[in-house]
Amino acid sequence: MATSTVDLTEEKVWGGGKSPFAAEYGKLMMWFFLISDALTFSGFLTAYGLMRFRFEETWPIAEEVFTHFPFLEGDHPLLYVALMTFILIMSSVTMVLAVHEGHKMNRRRVAIWMLLTIVGGLIFLGSQAWEWYHFIMGDKGAIQIESREIVHVVNPEGETISFSQLVHGMENGHASNHHETFTINEVSSAFAKSEYQLALPGKMGTTYSHEESVALLENAKVIQGANMHHNEYGNILFADFFFFITGFHGFHVFSGVVINFIIFYNVLLGTYDRRGSYLMVEKVGLYWHFVDLVWVFVFTFFYLV
Amino acid sequence: MAHDTHHEGTRRIWIVFFILLIVTTVEVALGIIKPEILLTPFLGTHILNVIFIVLTLVKAYYIVSVFMHLGDERKGFQWTVYLPILILIPYLTFILITEGSYMFKMLP
Repeated sequence: MATSTVDLTEEKVWGGGKSPFAAEYGKLMMWFFLISDALTFSGFLTAYGLMRFRFEETWPIAEEVFTHFPFLEGDHPLLYVALMTFILIMSSVTMVLAVHEGHKMNRRRVAIWMLLTIVGGLIFLGSQAWEWYHFIMGDKGAIQIESREIVHVVNPEGETISFSQLVHGMENGHASNHHETFTINEVSSAFAKSEYQLALPGKMGTTYSHEESVALLENAKVIQGANMHHNEYGNILFADFFFFITGFHGFHVFSGVVINFIIFYNVLLGTYDRRGSYLMVEKVGLYWHFVDLVWVFVFTFFYLV
Repeated sequence: MAHDTHHEGTRRIWIVFFILLIVTTVEVALGIIKPEILLTPFLGTHILNVIFIVLTLVKAYYIVSVFMHLGDERKGFQWTVYLPILILIPYLTFILITEGSYMFKMLP
């Protein structure tokens, strides 16, 4: 960049008959598409921010929602998302290595790195399916009181208690409900005998006293799991945004895998050797890195902040 | 910095990989530990969130500049990509977050 601009004055570059950005048409258009896609994602994430600040009292705290890790019992916030982030960054590295080998016209190595990128993308999609499954199944269970607000059962220290622990006792119950469904009668009779309280899910930690809570359970119903109609973790919009933002990103990853596969197939056929350039690998690489880039922001604004 | 990474070997790619890895590890560690001292209020949020956002922007810079090779393009090209993003997104974020807090205070 530094050397290429030295001998080119402004009027020579823009005087016509040259390519002012020294970039091929398709690559430039890929960049413009990515700019518009970045604005789309920022629209979603800022809309998430708007609703989160609007409903601060009932907005779930993400690290209390995504606490599962495969083969581990109990709460492990952030670990699983960190693993997913690592997988995506790793597949970004293999992609950039494929582009690098493409510049050297090394067909075999481009193919190997692209294949690893595709595998990374598929592992990421699988991880996302696993996360969605656990989100939809639910974790500790919640109660919807008459005002339609979602409340959780908390102990005097403010820690959330699962229905399993509430009904079967702390020793016999699990930190997660594990497919077991509970009725409102089971929950309210166990609750009345305990010293637990009901609390709103938001980070403000609004809590009702035990007597108030027992009264609130009169016309309440049990909510387990999350979908488009109800959400045990808190405000329903949180689930909607979760499905929409991670789903839209996941769809980008899926399209990326498909496009990567087409390019990979063409690499194997030797299309780009005949064409004399591996620019297509570079273009699909741009898209793939963008998907990684978006995930970096989703990770921060959905899971961390 | 080198102006032509294409023939430089893969060293730079792996350096950036380790930067991204370390930054993510730091983010996760801070998110799990949540040090009390970083929870002091700052600019309507707390310092920890500001750290998260700054670290995210650092990661984004490395991905765009090195992995996507934007750092190797012409200056005009770079600004064509950066300017719309740098102007529109902070603008939208500022308006919607302000509006959200206002709605929280004012609406039932």
